[in-house]
Amino acid sequence: MFSYCTDPETLATLQWLTCYLTTGVHFSFYYSFLKVLGILAVTAPVALAFGFGGAMAARSSIAPLSWFGKGYIAIVRGVPDIAFFLFFVIALDQGFEWMRHQVLCPDWTDPIRQGNDFLVCPQAKLPLGSAPQVVHQTYAFGLAVITFALVFGAFAANVIFGAMRAVPRAQLETAEAYGMSPRQTFWRVLVPQMWVYALPGLSNLWQVLIKATPLLFLLGIEDVVYWARELGGTKTPQFTDYPHGDWRMWYFLALLIFYLFMTWGSEKILGRIMARLTRGQATSGGEAQRKAAA
Amino acid sequence: MSCLETIQSYALRSVGLGERLLPRSDFTLCEQFTLIGSGMIWNVYFGVMALGVGFFLAIAIALAKGQSNPWLRLPAEWFIFLFRGSPLFIQFFFAYFLFLSLKGVYPVFSPFTAAWLGALIVLFLNTAAYSAQIFYGALQSIPKGEVEAADAYGLSGWSRFRRVVFPTMLRLAWPAYTNEAIFLFHATTLVYFSGFPAWQQRGDALYYASYFADKTFNPFVPYPILAMYFILLTLVVIGGFGLVNGRLNRHLPANSRQKLRVRPNLIR
Repeated sequence: MFSYCTDPETLATLQWLTCYLTTGVHFSFYYSFLKVLGILAVTAPVALAFGFGGAMAARSSIAPLSWFGKGYIAIVRGVPDIAFFLFFVIALDQGFEWMRHQVLCPDWTDPIRQGNDFLVCPQAKLPLGSAPQVVHQTYAFGLAVITFALVFGAFAANVIFGAMRAVPRAQLETAEAYGMSPRQTFWRVLVPQMWVYALPGLSNLWQVLIKATPLLFLLGIEDVVYWARELGGTKTPQFTDYPHGDWRMWYFLALLIFYLFMTWGSEKILGRIMARLTRGQATSGGEAQRKAAA
Repeated sequence: MSCLETIQSYALRSVGLGERLLPRSDFTLCEQFTLIGSGMIWNVYFGVMALGVGFFLAIAIALAKGQSNPWLRLPAEWFIFLFRGSPLFIQFFFAYFLFLSLKGVYPVFSPFTAAWLGALIVLFLNTAAYSAQIFYGALQSIPKGEVEAADAYGLSGWSRFRRVVFPTMLRLAWPAYTNEAIFLFHATTLVYFSGFPAWQQRGDALYYASYFADKTFNPFVPYPILAMYFILLTLVVIGGFGLVNGRLNRHLPANSRQKLRVRPNLIR
């Protein structure tokens, strides 16, 4: 990176460190932080959509749909999430491959499960065996996003389901008295009012989502945890210009501080949003604001 | 091998008793049930120990956070922020490598790099921080009248705390603390995926479940078994904490008692 980095062995400590921290692999490490932010940016809206769908299904008057929605919420919330992360990635992968297998290779006669193997025809493999490395990585990332969205969607569904029930009944009755259809009542009265009740739960969920991102490592993504382990391990002079001892502790300390800043920052921002939303509301929070201003 | 023999050889496998070699092929349902159940010993161990010891630290920290003296309040606030603001997964990794580095300098630390002690300490501090926040919230919402009544009876200091403040705090905090307990039991599954090695393949339930899923390439059997065990454990926890809740609320009329509302499981 810098011009003086050509011979690291001759450098003083501080210069050595600047050279060390700007090697190519370290840029992969910094890039993996972007991956964390990326998965947050993609997962949050998708999980919100899943949650909205789940809550709508659970509220439905059609019994099977309502069972499905409530079952989705209950099952995902009752089991350790990490088990879900490990389960869904394989299950989704096999599910997609099985579906493609049924469509693409109808005359394949061998059973798909042979003992301990899961075999589909080569055309149905996902991604195709011939695909470049980038496709494999993108596919793994996509599976991770779907898994996160499924798990967090269930939590969001629970929060939104509760928020929908917290909207005062009189509001909905008024809407009906004005002659609105159930669909209109839902979209024009219930949904706009629900967000104030849902925000505390959803902001809590956002914090939890931030803290769940290191689990990407378990899904086989080269994320911050992966790089911290790789870069921190003992390096001998044969393999690198920058030999050092076991520094994994310091790398994980850096990750710890990164996450503390993430949660601290979003706590501040969410606090502002909540203060903005409660302004003028007939709640105890709004009352407190009024008193403080007076 | 019949199922009974399987249970005999693998039921205590996770603590190192019985058959040493794990099954390698032709996995039966019985083997999966037994080994995953055997791994639950570790989940229960971590959960019970961390909760049991963490409870006392949590109360101490909650009381410290409620003080006006900054020498007590600020350390308590920082402790809570540190453990609640960062992912448990990263805390495990950091602690493991910290103990590993310390072990290089002071051999005293060698047991800390094993999961039974090192991971337990992380879980203990973590649950202490989360529970301290719950207890602090309960401490803040003790009705003013109760403390005034205690003052009027001439209670002060330790006896006021023991007879009035503490029972009410515990009663108010209990439903949230139940969730925290469930939460912690679920969090114990992270231990063997976060640096701490499973020595001689003695792991927890998720360790064995993922072992089977890797070997059979079929997640649809071991993970539902694991889920079943955890739902059972959750029900036991809810039952036990429910009994305590009933006892804490026994002086109240039935309609004003606090119900246990179980809202389990978010990752920490």
